[in-house]
Amino acid sequence: MDVDFIMPSVCFYFQVHQPLRLRHYTIFDNSPTYFDDSKNASICRKVANKCYLPTNRLLLETIRRFNGRFKIAYSVTGVVLEQLHKYCPEVVSTFDALAQTGCVEFLAETYYHTLSWLYSRSEFIEQVNKHIEMVEYLFGQTPRVFRNTELIYNNDLAETINSMGKFDAIMAEGADHILGYRSPNFVYRPPDCDNLKLLLKNYSLSDDIAFRFSNRQWAEFPLMADKFTDWINSINGNGNVVNLFMDYETFGEHQWEDTGIFNFMSHLPEEILKHPDNNFKTPSEVVRCYDAVGTVDVPHITSWADMERDLSAWLGNAMQSNALHELYRLERPIKETGDEDLIADWRRLQTSDHFYYMCTKYFSDGDVHKYFNPYESPYDSYINFMNVLNNLERRCVGAGVGKARVTC
Amino acid sequence: MKVFMLGWEFPPFISGGLGTACHGLTKAMSKIGLEVVFVLPTPIESAFSTHVIMLTPQQSWAADDFRVEYDKSKNVKFHEIESLLQPYSRPEDYQQRFEEIIKQKQLIGSDNIETSVGGLDIVEHYCGNMLAEINRYAAASVRLALKEDFDVVHAHDWMTYPAGIAVAALMGKPLVVHVHSTEFDRSGEHVNQAIYDIERKGMHMADRIIAVSHLTRNIIISRYGIVGEKVEVVYNGVEREDDSPVNFDKVGIHSDEKIVLFLGRITMQKGPEYFLMAAKKVLEVMDNVKFVMAGSGDMMSRTIEMAAAMGIGQKVLFTGFLHGQDVKKVFEMADLYVMPSVSEPFGIAPLEALNHDVPVLISKQSGVAEVLTHVLKVDFWDVREMANKILAVLRYPPLHMTLREHGNFEVRKLSWEDSAKKCAKIYDGLMVKV
Repeated sequence: MDVDFIMPSVCFYFQVHQPLRLRHYTIFDNSPTYFDDSKNASICRKVANKCYLPTNRLLLETIRRFNGRFKIAYSVTGVVLEQLHKYCPEVVSTFDALAQTGCVEFLAETYYHTLSWLYSRSEFIEQVNKHIEMVEYLFGQTPRVFRNTELIYNNDLAETINSMGKFDAIMAEGADHILGYRSPNFVYRPPDCDNLKLLLKNYSLSDDIAFRFSNRQWAEFPLMADKFTDWINSINGNGNVVNLFMDYETFGEHQWEDTGIFNFMSHLPEEILKHPDNNFKTPSEVVRCYDAVGTVDVPHITSWADMERDLSAWLGNAMQSNALHELYRLERPIKETGDEDLIADWRRLQTSDHFYYMCTKYFSDGDVHKYFNPYESPYDSYINFMNVLNNLERRCVGAGVGKARVTC
Repeated sequence: MKVFMLGWEFPPFISGGLGTACHGLTKAMSKIGLEVVFVLPTPIESAFSTHVIMLTPQQSWAADDFRVEYDKSKNVKFHEIESLLQPYSRPEDYQQRFEEIIKQKQLIGSDNIETSVGGLDIVEHYCGNMLAEINRYAAASVRLALKEDFDVVHAHDWMTYPAGIAVAALMGKPLVVHVHSTEFDRSGEHVNQAIYDIERKGMHMADRIIAVSHLTRNIIISRYGIVGEKVEVVYNGVEREDDSPVNFDKVGIHSDEKIVLFLGRITMQKGPEYFLMAAKKVLEVMDNVKFVMAGSGDMMSRTIEMAAAMGIGQKVLFTGFLHGQDVKKVFEMADLYVMPSVSEPFGIAPLEALNHDVPVLISKQSGVAEVLTHVLKVDFWDVREMANKILAVLRYPPLHMTLREHGNFEVRKLSWEDSAKKCAKIYDGLMVKV
């Protein structure tokens, strides 16, 4: 059969993450407990009940129903797993059940969902390794595909990942400005990385589900599984793989149950598999099945955030860059203390969400940034973060002195 | 469209934001082609009113002729009636103000401002009763109205409501009352019944009510029994400074010292004691800070005593009431402007602070908190959090910088022209009805 008639594979990857939100912390506070346990617990339980548990059950059932023909991938951060373990362990067991099916792949990322790659390569590598260990321990598989926080990506990241020698592929946003006329529906390669492939998100089809699904102003509303399948089928001959990357919270949290998102997801595999040439593949299978058709050069940093697809959601103003800079400035003194609690707290403060909350972009317009923000304003979040960081630094100085005395 | 507008404050004779608001609003109205006749109880210095045509009183109050100054190009005309009316006063304060005004006028007299000198012999004609004063203002307004041709009556705050009701009824024109503050904002729960009654009557008689914020709109609906459809919100604006910034040296203040500014009347409503309590907490953490309290008011001496009693007297500076250039100067020196108001219907001062590149911290109990996003907000009673935020601005330069940049940009969107357009729309709605 002519190559032109090969139908594209569908590759689902879901991002699972919940930050550890800080408690209200003033300059007058002096306790080393920085996180709002009760808020984190209640949000974790809420999201578990609305999203993680029902979606995990649905997908598990779907995988069993299709007997190995329906496949998906997850990237689950260490930060969210620690919380789930503490507050809703049943979610961890359903993820484990998914892992046991053999149809689910787990990806690697930074354990704390951080921007560490931008500030410290050694810290970045430590966090990736910690995440790999966690996945191995909990789900019994070693990740071979890497995705960076918020799909932040450029050539340098590919090089770093390539040099780690642990990965077959890396994921990135299929942004127009890096692809030009080319389609995201093929496997590419970063420049000068012969052993690494690049999987690019089809942002148009991904966002149809993740963002537009319940938008009544959207011309395609309501989105049904058969219509979406038609769009996938129309790629026929023009691509090898459709990468549908999205936040897992799309199901039940960003798109509430009453939008019909679960119904959509339970019918989609059936619709897609109606065509005998269609199939689902995990990222590693995609890497094995398809050759890279070319090199994509990404000198500038991209991400999957906002219209800009850049770093401006985390590094768009003076507060954000100051907070990040001050945080990573502490790397050496913190690590020199050898104090595990201190290091863990420092790493938890690196979670990208803390900086996202400080974003002033669109703040006046009250858009999506506000919905996910536990603070009333980006200024409040910066003040809170800096007060915590101040305390952390004081602890670090204290611990450093203590250690010096011991070694004397 | 011609508007017969009743007010009582206009720069430079202002004691609060109302004069600034009337100045900004009428200027913008003139710009969008509305004709305004503005009736005032006090004479005004022409330098502040070049955009208007104004009427000022003759030597004696009893004379019913008014001197008329015309500015050819503009659409606003001013009538002034000598009166002791003050927007934020209670009858008890009236006697005291009576004396203050005499003093003030003497001062101005020595500066050879002719229009004001006339006031000196007029004060003798005043009776010592504020409510009678309001009626006198109303009677004079009616006499003026008979000579004017206009489409709508627009009355600013309670002192002018009786005048507004009378003029509207006499001329058969719709009445709009503009609520810049209510008795509940000024006096908490200890309302003056007579003033409340005047406010309530004005609001009920009005065809439309303009509230300066949703906060005020809610008070109007819940406390004065007005139906919601009658009350519209028109936010205040702020004027961009045209002239170049004044570059004063930071006299008497060391360059390594931070300045936290309170600017407003020192009265219960403005929460001066919360400012002091927060200052005390700030000083526990940081030493090189000065707290400047610019303004005067009935709580001034108590506030000075309180600062002394708290042991922070040497860190809190009182400047008294500031005018024009001095306001600019104090803004130039400030690192942060704090408005800890207990109840603030709107609050124009934060907009002026942002205009002068000063970051602001405002209480959540203020109307302006509804329109500003790039500012810090705090509950007025939460002095610990207030101190926390003051310290953050003083200690973290990127916060200061981001607030200043975004705040200054945001404040440009709040133009008096938009407020004037909204008023025009409200007038138009009334024309259809009549």
